[in-house]
Amino acid sequence: MNILEIRHCRKRFDQNEVLKDISLTVEQGKVVSIIGPSGSGKSTLLRCATLLEKMDGGELIYIGKKAVWEENGRMVSASASDMKDIRGCFGLVFQNFNLFPHYSVMKNITEAPILIQKRERDEVFETAKTLLRKMGLEDRGDAYPYQLSGGQQQRVSIARALALRPKMLFFDEPTSALDPELTGEILKVIRDLAMEHMTMVIVTHEMAFARDVSDHVIFMDEGVIVEEGAPNEIINHPTQQRTIQFLSRFN
Amino acid sequence: MTIQAMILKMSEGLGRTLSIFGLTLLFSLPLGLVVAFLRMSKIKPVRAIAKVYISILRGTPLMLQLLVVAYGPFYLFGMGVSRNKLVPIIIGFSLNYAAYFAEIYRGGIESMSIGQYEAAAVLGYSRMQTFMRIILPQVIKRILPSVTNEVITLVKDTSMAFTLAYQEMFSIGKQIANSTTSFMPFVIAGVFYYIMNMVVAVGMSKIENSMNYYR
Repeated sequence: MNILEIRHCRKRFDQNEVLKDISLTVEQGKVVSIIGPSGSGKSTLLRCATLLEKMDGGELIYIGKKAVWEENGRMVSASASDMKDIRGCFGLVFQNFNLFPHYSVMKNITEAPILIQKRERDEVFETAKTLLRKMGLEDRGDAYPYQLSGGQQQRVSIARALALRPKMLFFDEPTSALDPELTGEILKVIRDLAMEHMTMVIVTHEMAFARDVSDHVIFMDEGVIVEEGAPNEIINHPTQQRTIQFLSRFN
Repeated sequence: MTIQAMILKMSEGLGRTLSIFGLTLLFSLPLGLVVAFLRMSKIKPVRAIAKVYISILRGTPLMLQLLVVAYGPFYLFGMGVSRNKLVPIIIGFSLNYAAYFAEIYRGGIESMSIGQYEAAAVLGYSRMQTFMRIILPQVIKRILPSVTNEVITLVKDTSMAFTLAYQEMFSIGKQIANSTTSFMPFVIAGVFYYIMNMVVAVGMSKIENSMNYYR
């Protein structure tokens, strides 16, 4: 089953064409990594997929349900109630965490499930506790984000996304704001999620990690997919000149 | 007239001073938020109107604005001038302070990182929920020092009500000063204002401290 389908996505900022006809499919349980230089459009693609940015062309489909599509040259969105369901399909982990600083760790995780999904308070708190334990933060539920290290904050933000029971998770350079020592702990969490067959799309600069954890790797440059395929092929044996040139800087 | 008698007489006006103060805050704080939203509206004419409103109310004296509110209806439309002076005073003060509060709110709201909105959007918060739960509480914390400044100014500005011959504490003090040719009522008024502002400062710093649990 396909959780996410992006077809012929186009996006421009003024005269600058950031995404030129990008198509991408993510099957349930698969991990897709997107790599590429800064300004290649990979973050914009993620922002389009998570509805933070409006696509200028193409289609966006979650579990067979169209979220955004083109009709007579104009972009249309699903109805508000369909949109709500669609938003519930995915979670997004930001580069700079974006935790709510005025909420405790526990409230950061539990508010949306209680408020938006109208789930039982007790059940949500149990879920949150389980997630915190999984993140190695079982005793930090009452802490505020400023009291945590960057790595801990990012783990809370992953727990916050997971608490809503999404069908898939997006990661937008989840370790770029962390020092190398803390990077490892986040990569481990993502690895564990991959082992549990969580469907994920990860924008990352960690090449070794992308190779190890992904089922599929996409290399983007200047708004197009230059090369994609099995992780080992793309990262260890790229065929396109641009990919070879980009990856040579990492070895 | 003894000092005690002066103090007693002037305290009779304190209730009125405090009503101007309290009612102005009650109306101008929410009104300021409305003006701030208009000022940040996506619709250009709305934004322009809010800009002009703020510009005029900040750019002309409060005293003049009080006179316009009280006597404008008479001169412009031939309406009778109300005997009740508190209403035009509260209207004038609230309109004036809303302009200042609007700009404070706007500064606070615009200082919030876009990431907070985006995180809330991805978690499924509606725009209203995002503002009320995520943005506003953080904005309040950020703007509190500026709001304190305005509130302190408001305590002193209540004396402006004498323009409309409203018998608040300072007006009474001035009358006593005139009739007794004594400087004492001004000293008393000064002490009154100072004490009120001490209370304001302590209260506001309590509120600030109560929000110190996060950064």
